[in-house]
Formats: sequence, structure tokens, C-alpha cells
Amino acid sequence: MAEVTPPGDEPRLPPDPVTASIVIGLAVGAFGISFGVLAVASGLSPAQASAMSLLVFTGASQFAAVGVIGSGGSTVAALGSALLLAARNGAYGLSLSDVVRGRLATRLLAAQLVIDESTAMATAQHEPAAQRRGFWVAGASVFVFWNLGTLIGALGGDAIGRPETFGLDAAFPAGFVALVAPHLRNLEGRVAAAIGVTVALLLVPVAPAGVPVLAASVAVLVGLRTPAAGEAPPDLAPGEGP
Amino acid sequence: MSWTAILVLAAGAYGFKVLGLVVLGGRQLPPPVARCVALLPAALLPALIAVQTLTTDDRWVIDARAAGVGAAIVAAWRRAPFPLVILLGAGVTAAVRALA
Repeated sequence: MAEVTPPGDEPRLPPDPVTASIVIGLAVGAFGISFGVLAVASGLSPAQASAMSLLVFTGASQFAAVGVIGSGGSTVAALGSALLLAARNGAYGLSLSDVVRGRLATRLLAAQLVIDESTAMATAQHEPAAQRRGFWVAGASVFVFWNLGTLIGALGGDAIGRPETFGLDAAFPAGFVALVAPHLRNLEGRVAAAIGVTVALLLVPVAPAGVPVLAASVAVLVGLRTPAAGEAPPDLAPGEGP
Repeated sequence: MSWTAILVLAAGAYGFKVLGLVVLGGRQLPPPVARCVALLPAALLPALIAVQTLTTDDRWVIDARAAGVGAAIVAAWRRAPFPLVILLGAGVTAAVRALA
């Protein structure tokens, strides 16, 4: 794919999805091992831990579920916590509906891969074809590494210790930092980001986990403002500007 | 945790994903609504970064992660390659933790 470089404006090239997805996948794999270990310690069988990673496939929810069970909480409480954390994938799915097109069967398969990482990777890309590729590559990479890690951890392969020792918990926000730049190129994106961050942080002390990030969605209402004349429309893909 | 609970959780998690991507998505939306939908990643991803970096459970916390993600922000700003941004984020966090 040829990148058209507007003269006098050096574009910020989006990361290559394959390299970036493998790097993210390695960090995901480390947490997959962690999850497998925790799941078995919380009383799940290795088969249940693996089934959860294959079928639920949304990391924060899975950690929340086995965390509640492991600390003696009820199944209802575990499901509630996990589903609150899973809800934001619905918002991601909505924003990806233009990216992931095709037959119903393809979209039903794609739906399982709608998570933080695939959304960030897809929407960091400029062209529709690259966005589609970013979604599938990141989704597939995270799926493979997460499930591989879970299996290793559930079978007792806790060789690497806690991922936090290696700062891998910070690998995710660091990776997202590198992927949000295209969203911050126009004023509306920056305002939405600022409102979203503020709403989420203010809710953390008072709302259950999962709600703060989901509630940041209200920030999209800045999109209702009619763009002023001469202002680049926000739906113009970054890098396609005049 | 019972197999039933795992399957209920799987169905619920998949339900959210399908609801967004397949059920609600793919329709022709009025322009203002389409603008709002296009802003969802701009609203959610920075919020996710903030929560993953600056909070633990239900508390605000400034710890090693803030240093690591701060380094990642500088690196991304200077247009460092993606793997380097991640390595810096994790490496600085680990280093600050080891020293603390």
C-alpha cells in the first residue's frame, strides 16, 4: 500500500499491525499464564480455565470472575463483576462496525475478537483496509497468546512469576498510548479524550470496576456539536486531510 | 465455579460484543450520531489508559506505572517505534518498582 505524504506535513505512521500485535501478544501471554494459575488456585479445573479463555475471551472480566470466586464470593457476584467489565466491548463493537464488514458469519466470528487491543490497533490505522487488517491481526494474536498462556498457567507452568515484576501491567497502557495518537489529531477527539479521562477517574472511587471506562462513553456527545465551517470533519481519516 | 456459570459468562460477554458489532452496528446513522460513534475510541481508550495507570481497585494511585507510562508518552510523542514504546513503559515501571 502506498502512503501518500502531503507535502510539508510529515504524517505519523501507524504502527505495523503484525509487529505491534506480536509485542502486545507477548505481554498478553504473560498475563494469560497468570490467569491460568489464579483460575486453578480459585478452584477451576484446567479445562474450565481454558474454556473460559476461549469462550469468554476478555481478560479483565476473567480476572474479576475468578478473583471473586477465589476470595469466597458468590457466583452471582462473580458474574456481575465480570459482565460490568465486559460491557465496554459493546461500545467497541459499535465503533468497529464500519471496519469489520462482510458476511454475517464473518462478523459473528469477528465479534469474539472485539476487545481493547483489537479496537486500539484497528482504529490507529488510516486506511479502511489497514484498519480491517489491524483488527484481525491484533485480535488473532491476543487470542492465541491469551489461550496459550492460560493453558500453560493452568497446567502449572508458573515459571515466569508475577508479570508485574517485569512491569508488564504497564505494557498495556503504554501500548494504548502509542495507538491513540490518531484520535487526538482533531479538537473533537482531544475534547472527548479529556472528558472521558475525567469521567473515568472521578468514578473509580465510587463505581464498581468496569463502570468508569464504560461511562467515559458520554464524552462522545461532543460529536453532536455541528462542526464549524472550514473545520476538518472528524470522520475524515487522519492523514487524508488536504 | 460451575460449567453453567462459565457458559453464562461466555454468553453474556459475547452478547455485548455481538450487540455492538452486529446488532447495532452496520446501520446507516444520522450524521451527528455517526460522529458520536466515531468518537467512541477517542473517549474510551484514554479513559482505559488513565484507569490502568493511575488507579488500583477503587483508589487513585501514583506509583511506578505512572513513571513507565509517562516514559511511553514521551517516546510516542517523539515517534518512537511501537515495540520501543511498550518496552519503555514496562522497563521503566519494572525499574522504578525494583528501586522502590
